Amino acid sequence: MNPLERYAPLVDDEEAFFAACERPLPSVVRVNTIKTTPARAREALDDEGVGYEPAGWHNEILKLDGRSPGTTWPYFHGWLHGQEEVSALPALAVDPQPGEFVWDACAAPGSKTTQLAALMDDTGLLVGNDNNLGRLSALRHNSERLGVTNLAVTNQDARNFSLKPFGSDAFDGGERSVDDDNAGAAREAREAFDHALVDAPCSCEGTVRKNPDVLDQWTMDHVYSVAGIQKGILRRAVQATKPGGTVVYSTCTFAPEENEAILDHVLSEEDCRMVEFDSPLDTVPGVTEWEGDEYHPDVTKAHRVYPHHNDTGGFFCAKLEVEA
Amino acid sequence: MSDGSEGDDGSVGTNGDEGTETPTNSGQRFDRLPATADERVVPGRATREEVVGWWEGRFDVPPETFDGFTFWEKGKGKIWTFHGDTVDPIRVEGLGMAFLRTRQEHWKPTTNAVQRFGTKATKNVVELSGEAARRFAAGEDQEVDWDGDWGYLVVAHELVGETEPMGVGLYLHGELRSTVPKGRQESLPTLD
Repeated sequence: MNPLERYAPLVDDEEAFFAACERPLPSVVRVNTIKTTPARAREALDDEGVGYEPAGWHNEILKLDGRSPGTTWPYFHGWLHGQEEVSALPALAVDPQPGEFVWDACAAPGSKTTQLAALMDDTGLLVGNDNNLGRLSALRHNSERLGVTNLAVTNQDARNFSLKPFGSDAFDGGERSVDDDNAGAAREAREAFDHALVDAPCSCEGTVRKNPDVLDQWTMDHVYSVAGIQKGILRRAVQATKPGGTVVYSTCTFAPEENEAILDHVLSEEDCRMVEFDSPLDTVPGVTEWEGDEYHPDVTKAHRVYPHHNDTGGFFCAKLEVEA
Repeated sequence: MSDGSEGDDGSVGTNGDEGTETPTNSGQRFDRLPATADERVVPGRATREEVVGWWEGRFDVPPETFDGFTFWEKGKGKIWTFHGDTVDPIRVEGLGMAFLRTRQEHWKPTTNAVQRFGTKATKNVVELSGEAARRFAAGEDQEVDWDGDWGYLVVAHELVGETEPMGVGLYLHGELRSTVPKGRQESLPTLD
């Protein structure tokens, strides 16, 4: 059975949903504003005769016709980064400001991380973590190609992420003291993040338009096993974020077990609340009931993105605020 | 400076000579570069002054370009630049951008550093066009006319009306060698 059929009861137009999932996605790039402007990037594509169409909802996103972005001059210069359209949503939801301390818990290969860096004007301290050393090299390669210089790359299990490398004793029993010679606030220990992004490992059904094989490998067991990991990472993100700070949770799956159920869990276990945010793409609210389970009523503040609504991949994105 | 003052887990470099304890470089963590030679504790470590001065001396990149950036060494002679500040030393996998290779006779900037900071360079910049630029990006060596210094050069071309650095070339005996790393080499169209 096609696992997507289990979501038919959730969508407004089954036929359009299944039809969209069959269509391949266009090649999409994000303009890297650390190195150039959207206007210059478009001009460079024009000079090469590469056709494109602005995504419309965001100035920095272009849909290319035909050619893969890697074989263009603006890509070589790090002006462009191949990134699925809908995956630009979480960094916009994080909305980080220049100078802030931000954690990307599951960062590799780095599309969202480098987008966060650009939104921060490449200032402050952005921590890009991934538990997989092989994927970290992709993260480093991408961030350096795009000219990112405000990123610290870490290799930890996000579920028990420690701020000790950044001088904090908040989560590690406090054996480290900061050198007195290191005067100045920036050299002092960083105790908690202003924002965190948990773009969690998931069953990835929403990427079916890019990778149809994803459905062949799909099992309910996999859904349950990643749900456990998702709960652990999201709880840690809330713990590691300062009161009043925000945590964005995103996946590329439709499964409520990996989306609303995870939010429901963290709302009951940690001091945090759901907050609304505007989505520039057409979305529908999170669901409060699924296969006999009920979720916290506030999960409706999350956004579900279906492929047939904006001609994108499938996605889920939610924002939490950490309470004092 | 905190260089060599740590030793909390025993792995921080000393030369093992009990009593002298000369701090050495560690490949496991990022250590801040000393501001000047007077503050240098780890022998052979470049200073901030030298690094900024090298970019100015070699490429005429104004020193103020690096205001707000800190410099770190991880691994012997591998200098990283970070746009901001953090605790020193710091044990992470990456900090900012790999930037410059020191502790060798001729210092060598990275391709990514030249793409990011080489836009400010006005000296030792060789500008290629058309087929020559295409060949450089593909990682090919080629003969070029250049009557400036030999050694590492900023190699640039014109893109959308401005000079844009592509990477680092090594100019020796009439030949410009492309040092664009394999993973960054690309077969690109020839621009007019």
